[in-house]
Amino acid sequence: MNGGISLVEQKKCQVLVIGAGPGGYVAAIRAGQLGLSTIIVEGEKAGGTCLIRGCIPSKAMINAAHKLHDLSAMAKEGGHMGISIPGPAELNMEGLVAWKDGIVKRLNKGVENLLKRAGAELINGWAEFIDAKTCKVSSADGELRIEAENVILANGSVPTELPFMPFGGDVISSREALDLKEVPDNLVVVGGGYIGLELGIAFAHLGSNVTVLEAMETVLPIFDRELRRPVELNLKRLGVKVHTGVFAKGIDDDGNVQYAAKDEQEKIQTLKADKVLVTVGRRPNNNGWGLEEMGVKTSEHGFVIVDGRCATNMRGVYCIGDLAERGAMLAHAASSQGEMVAEVIAGNIREWDPVAVPAIVFTEPEIVEVGLSPEQASAEGHPVIIGKFPLAANGRALTMEAEKTGGFIRVVAREDDHRILGVQAVGTNVSELSGEFTLAIEMGALLEDVAGTIHAHPTMSESFHEGVLATLGHAIHIA
Amino acid sequence: MGIYSFKLPDIGEGIVEGEVVAWHVEIGATVKEDDPVLDVMTDKATVTIPSPVDGTVRTRRGNVGDILPVGQTCITFEVDGEGNSSEEEAEPEPVVEEPAPEKKPKTKAATPPAPSSRGGDSKPLASPAVRRRAKEEGLDLSKVSGSGPAGRITHADLDAWKDAGSPVAAAGPAPREAKVGTTEVPVVGLRRKIAEQMHKSYSSIAHFSYFEDVDVTNLEELRQHLNSTRPDGAPKLTYLPFIMQALVKALAERPECNAHYDDEREVIIRHEAINLGIATQTERGLYVPVVKNVEAMDLWQTVAEMGRVTSAAKDGEASLEELSGSTFTITSLGKMGGTGATPIINHPEVGILGVHNAVDSAVVRDGNIVIRRIMKLSSSWDHRVVDGFDGAMMVQILKNYLEHPATIFM
Repeated sequence: MNGGISLVEQKKCQVLVIGAGPGGYVAAIRAGQLGLSTIIVEGEKAGGTCLIRGCIPSKAMINAAHKLHDLSAMAKEGGHMGISIPGPAELNMEGLVAWKDGIVKRLNKGVENLLKRAGAELINGWAEFIDAKTCKVSSADGELRIEAENVILANGSVPTELPFMPFGGDVISSREALDLKEVPDNLVVVGGGYIGLELGIAFAHLGSNVTVLEAMETVLPIFDRELRRPVELNLKRLGVKVHTGVFAKGIDDDGNVQYAAKDEQEKIQTLKADKVLVTVGRRPNNNGWGLEEMGVKTSEHGFVIVDGRCATNMRGVYCIGDLAERGAMLAHAASSQGEMVAEVIAGNIREWDPVAVPAIVFTEPEIVEVGLSPEQASAEGHPVIIGKFPLAANGRALTMEAEKTGGFIRVVAREDDHRILGVQAVGTNVSELSGEFTLAIEMGALLEDVAGTIHAHPTMSESFHEGVLATLGHAIHIA
Repeated sequence: MGIYSFKLPDIGEGIVEGEVVAWHVEIGATVKEDDPVLDVMTDKATVTIPSPVDGTVRTRRGNVGDILPVGQTCITFEVDGEGNSSEEEAEPEPVVEEPAPEKKPKTKAATPPAPSSRGGDSKPLASPAVRRRAKEEGLDLSKVSGSGPAGRITHADLDAWKDAGSPVAAAGPAPREAKVGTTEVPVVGLRRKIAEQMHKSYSSIAHFSYFEDVDVTNLEELRQHLNSTRPDGAPKLTYLPFIMQALVKALAERPECNAHYDDEREVIIRHEAINLGIATQTERGLYVPVVKNVEAMDLWQTVAEMGRVTSAAKDGEASLEELSGSTFTITSLGKMGGTGATPIINHPEVGILGVHNAVDSAVVRDGNIVIRRIMKLSSSWDHRVVDGFDGAMMVQILKNYLEHPATIFM
């Protein structure tokens, strides 16, 4: 630069947030509420993976697909629930995607509006750090240089790519799967984790012929057998083919998927595929934006190392969500970290110390896991008692046909003082029960606390009450 | 992949069982050969058991406080290669349960548990709002006892904790309050061993105690002299090494006092060796390290060996060997003095000597009041096998040596 005069616009702020996903935008709103001058930089749309291309659009698609599936049952001979539809229910995929995009757009505008109202400045552009507290942002309006007193890294994560079948063309990630113009006749899902199964089931509902390839011995390997079982049965019922213990090998010239069993690597088999959805995990979004210039320590898996306040080794640099080592790759974990970090920067003493971070899989049936599983509780040395209550014994579940997928609620508690350690559930619509499970654990509830709480009739939440009673040995609605 | 099952090894002569005091590995943990896996306490010492193999911990047997018999499978590992047992064998066989349920930590039923009862994990039970307030006010929740069910900590508990003078409570006198809480401390580990040993001693031995004053003025003069002229590097002499050497002489004269009484076999075993147990208070509780063959030592060797074994006991490094084999025990109350005590005999020994501090006292000699240095001795004897006369005579002989210290070394 000549004579030290810079032509680049300069900005200064107390808090600079990178990434407007569920971690970053919450941090920026809270920082703004606390009166801190706040800038948030987003390379795409405010809302991040969660709102724009993950949680929300996938749930929209799952719901639409479910509706189509239900309507198809009514379109069959004789109908269902006494309702018949003359002629088959017809899908217009572009209409579905447009409807989904409408929801996404509303939420995106909502987040932008909330940021504005909180006094946080949203800048669209790609941030690149020069040092730990300085970054330049390239956007449509030119280049900008931001100097911040505090930085919150909320860059999130990206889908993991397989080197032998890179994304592009008919090999797609979850992001493209949510924007397909038409339903593929044959969809091969590589990776039977929660994202693969959620979308795989949605496409099966929409009419695709779906095959899942999973390298482990089972799909959804992070859950125990009892919880997985209803999902596995429903996959069968929907005609989704599942191959476990197999590795994808590549795509042949006709665009079909080649794979081989773990033990017979030589024997290549082929699956017809119009689209190949690769969902083998997500990795921290840690390159291409100057992380290496910041002096921030990362773990061997590329996550940013943080302490209990999400502070990195660099003073005034924080990291939250999927990029942070403690993020659990869950939107709600990121949000709660974002809120906390803003409060820390404002001078409050805080620590991220949840007892339980709920995890939900939106398959059909859904799976909820909060707190400790029976195995985890035993391994931690707790004397464990367990109670289970089937949705088939819950009246409200029957009226909604939520029992048809064979779900149940399982409660894990300490035998001596009856503290609730964990709650797991599998079943249609059980995701909405997760809040009560988490609240019970976070408040340190005993079985007697939930047993003594009246649960409204008729609701599925009664199943939790009954699961707790079952743990105490005296459930009412099962023998 | 194979299963390697590991039985609790023979950890010392005559030891048939041990109490689990700590696990160093969790189920699923990967261990290397010789990594510590388990601490087991026996009658005498705590022994750390190392892993016999490289592998992954598959099952563990016994919670902290449980008794494991020697030879019981205590841990199984998943190992590369064959292992040493089949899957079925690796399943722990039923343990012979201790017929003493009161020793087990009680599991409570649905009744409200006692305040502050926590277990399993040490994380305090409190709602998010209480945790946040504690964080903000700098209160350590792990130190606050909760009044709620399962020891849950409430806002009121935090108020009470601050009022009671927590580290950050405001200065000024706290109001005095009547308290109703109780704290249950499980009797496990060394405390249980001490309790069992004391109960055994006190319930089986017919104790009688005998007290005497000893004029140690001359001994004190000798001790001061030896200390001021002691060889380089030699430890300072206290009264104890003199008393130990005097006991060598006195016990040789009264062999019925340097004995074990095996009451089951009804045999008295008189020992030629004089192995003196030194009751030692440690951070973990009472230990009795042993100075062996005092009869073969001079004064300086005695003080050196006594210093070695007692500091080993204090540091928790005493071996089983160093904690067993005493024939007679000394318990010194040191500076805490006191005017008398009734020491409990270290079963199966037949006598114990309690030593109090020496103080300058006014005593009558030849019709005049003079100042002499007086040490009080308290002794207890097993009246089943030591008659009152013999016990008293033993102490009188000891007194004679201590009052005429030159005779100790003749």
